[in-house]
Amino acid sequence: MNLLMFLIPIALFLGCLGLAAFIWSLRNGQYDDLDGAAERILDDDD
Amino acid sequence: MTCCSASSVPSSVALKNRLDHERMLAASHTMPDGSLQTDFIVPAMHCIGCIRTIERGLAKLPDVTNARANLSTKRVTVQWQPRADQHMNFLQNLADLGFEASLFDLEDVSNSARQTGRQLLICLAVAGFAAANVMLLSVSIWSGADAETTRLFQLISGLIAVPACLFAGRPFFASALGALRKKRLNMDVPISLAVLMALGMSIHESLVGHHETYFDASVTLLFFLLIGRYLDHMMRERAHSAILQLSRLVPSGAVRLSADGAQSYVSLNDLSVGDEIMVAAGERVPVDASVVDGFSDLDRSLVTGESASVAAAPGLEIEAGVLNLSGPLTLRVTRSADKSFVAEVMSMMEAAEHSKSGYVRIADRAARIYAPVVHILAALSFAGWMIATGGDWHTSIYVSIAVLIITCPCALGLAVPIAQVVAANRLYRSGVMVKDGAALEKLAEVDTAVFDKTGTLTLGTPHISGVEGGGDTDHALASLLAGLSSHPAAKAVAGLHENRSGLLLSDVIEHAGFGLEAVWKAKRIRLGRRDWVAEISASHNPVTDHGSSEVCFAVAGGDLVSFRLSDTMRADAISTVSALRAAGLDLEILSGDADAPVQDVATALGISRARCALKPADKVARIEELQHAGHRVLYAGDGLNDAPALSAAHVSIAPASGSDVGRASSDLVFTGKGLGSIMIALSVARRTGRTVRQNFALAISYNCIAIPFAVLGYVTPLIAAIAMSASSIVVVANSLRLNLVSRNEMLSGPAAMAPAQTSMEPEPQTHTRQEVMK
Repeated sequence: MNLLMFLIPIALFLGCLGLAAFIWSLRNGQYDDLDGAAERILDDDD
Repeated sequence: MTCCSASSVPSSVALKNRLDHERMLAASHTMPDGSLQTDFIVPAMHCIGCIRTIERGLAKLPDVTNARANLSTKRVTVQWQPRADQHMNFLQNLADLGFEASLFDLEDVSNSARQTGRQLLICLAVAGFAAANVMLLSVSIWSGADAETTRLFQLISGLIAVPACLFAGRPFFASALGALRKKRLNMDVPISLAVLMALGMSIHESLVGHHETYFDASVTLLFFLLIGRYLDHMMRERAHSAILQLSRLVPSGAVRLSADGAQSYVSLNDLSVGDEIMVAAGERVPVDASVVDGFSDLDRSLVTGESASVAAAPGLEIEAGVLNLSGPLTLRVTRSADKSFVAEVMSMMEAAEHSKSGYVRIADRAARIYAPVVHILAALSFAGWMIATGGDWHTSIYVSIAVLIITCPCALGLAVPIAQVVAANRLYRSGVMVKDGAALEKLAEVDTAVFDKTGTLTLGTPHISGVEGGGDTDHALASLLAGLSSHPAAKAVAGLHENRSGLLLSDVIEHAGFGLEAVWKAKRIRLGRRDWVAEISASHNPVTDHGSSEVCFAVAGGDLVSFRLSDTMRADAISTVSALRAAGLDLEILSGDADAPVQDVATALGISRARCALKPADKVARIEELQHAGHRVLYAGDGLNDAPALSAAHVSIAPASGSDVGRASSDLVFTGKGLGSIMIALSVARRTGRTVRQNFALAISYNCIAIPFAVLGYVTPLIAAIAMSASSIVVVANSLRLNLVSRNEMLSGPAAMAPAQTSMEPEPQTHTRQEVMK
């Protein structure tokens, strides 16, 4: 039981972290140009 | 010798630059730091090389602070500092880099769509996060945690699920509220009700210390539904942006000649009746006008549907949108831009749109039946349990809410969008863009297909259908001479004869509006209009009217050769038409072209009902006549003159090569040269219709099994969660089968299939096929 008191908050915190990271990347426009991102990685000079 | 042209060309370039600059300013958005942001559509961009060329080429320009290319939407965004003394013309810069571009100023429209997409994606992420965590907690409850742990886990589940559902459920709540305000029922009403009820009851249950909570069921349900909703949005967004990429530069200005002969570039709104304007070869006529000076040929196929090019000479009236083929023309404006032919067509389109009765999507038709049934069932089980238990409020409410939750149309909500998204994706890969799901539903119902001829059944480019007179040398000379011109008729003649060795031409001159003239072995030769060519030929044949256009050729003193032109039929028109007939459709041609070419095509295709020389209003009238007789009409057309008919028909399809207006007003757009896309679209639409009905059957049979258990009070949250997820997955899996259909099956498939029946509200007269006219 004591273990759960730590584990559950940790699990939820990590989940929230993932959610926040996703929402940040979405707002940041990371998904606006998926085709372009796939091509841009081939550009050596960037 | 170039004094005149040298001075006029740069000035017109400068004028064009100024106009482009002003148009760019109008389409730009001011950023917080005072710089401007302008968006361009660059359809030809397709790899990292293009991105690099564009971004570096634009970034090098003075005043440009940032240039960013987006490969998914084929758009380039430029941020720049405007300066009063300098005209920027990024369109020209992009053209210099080798990319044809057009201004994109519908930013507001696409922005709101992008906002919705983002909102849905965030809702989806929140629901997914909540569903995963709540489900983990629920699994430990189900696997037999002790009472204390269960209580704690329920509390945590509630703390996650309640805010998550209230946040992620907003798209459904908003849509349900909207429907209720209009006193209608849609699928979102029972969905919202079930989610909110489940939450409310679960909060109550966990507060009083019971074990039965539905937190897990409500979040997973929202998660599944949001997936469907998001995919649906993606589908429409992609079709929308693909169609935008096709739009070309519309002439929004014209070169006006003032009384002293000076040229100035003015916008269309500044043109008034009586002004004189110049239209160069290869440009479209911007307003309705009459010819004052100059000779040329006009391509009216997109405007009136006429396949033969028309000779332009002083006095001829020209509609806006007509393409000037061969020589510069001076025109006098006869009607201002807002009263021009285009504006007339637009208002006709609006009228047609209005008269079309509102189509009710299949999901909403299902909801109209489903929602009342479910709510009555819940009420009945409440009443039944009240009587059976002698007035036990708590149990009765509990059971009736359980009924509502278990019947929540999760699978029903997914049944339609998932199938349509899979189908639209399948069609997208075959070069057909679907504007929205309703288009597929309506396409599955059609029983009559009506075609425009020019540009739809045919490609709109002429080919040689017959040659009269002349020997081998004449034909070779004609095709050699024709190869020097870019006129569409000349291009057709040029492809006629391959063996031209040993022929030498000199002094080639193109006479705009007449034809080509050259010297061969010290003799003049001419290729072009009959009367003009006959001037040098020996025999002056009487003018024969073939009902189709022709190009003539003669060597001075020699025989007159006549090349008869007719429109090239699309490669697979015949096979498509017979496949459509085999699929049970009545076929008809409505064309703006003359009688003879229409009859030729109709005979070649074996279509008995063909009408010719129709004005846009006549086409609309005929389609409405058919629809009043109970037919569901598919209209395929491309031109400006088809636009009102495209809006009036039950469902419409346009080729990507057609006019902007035609594409904008149709439900589906196909790329590629073949008509086979129509067959593919129809067959996929019918398959989708079948899949949707199978999905309904699956979802409803699940309900039929689950409801008795719920009414009798046997449903536990565990059963609810498993049953609901399982039925959703079954529906999704069934829809994915649409991906397995092969191209060949689609081209011939529906021959074996009956036209789709609308199962929700049978309308018998729709499917009785009446012969309306011969």
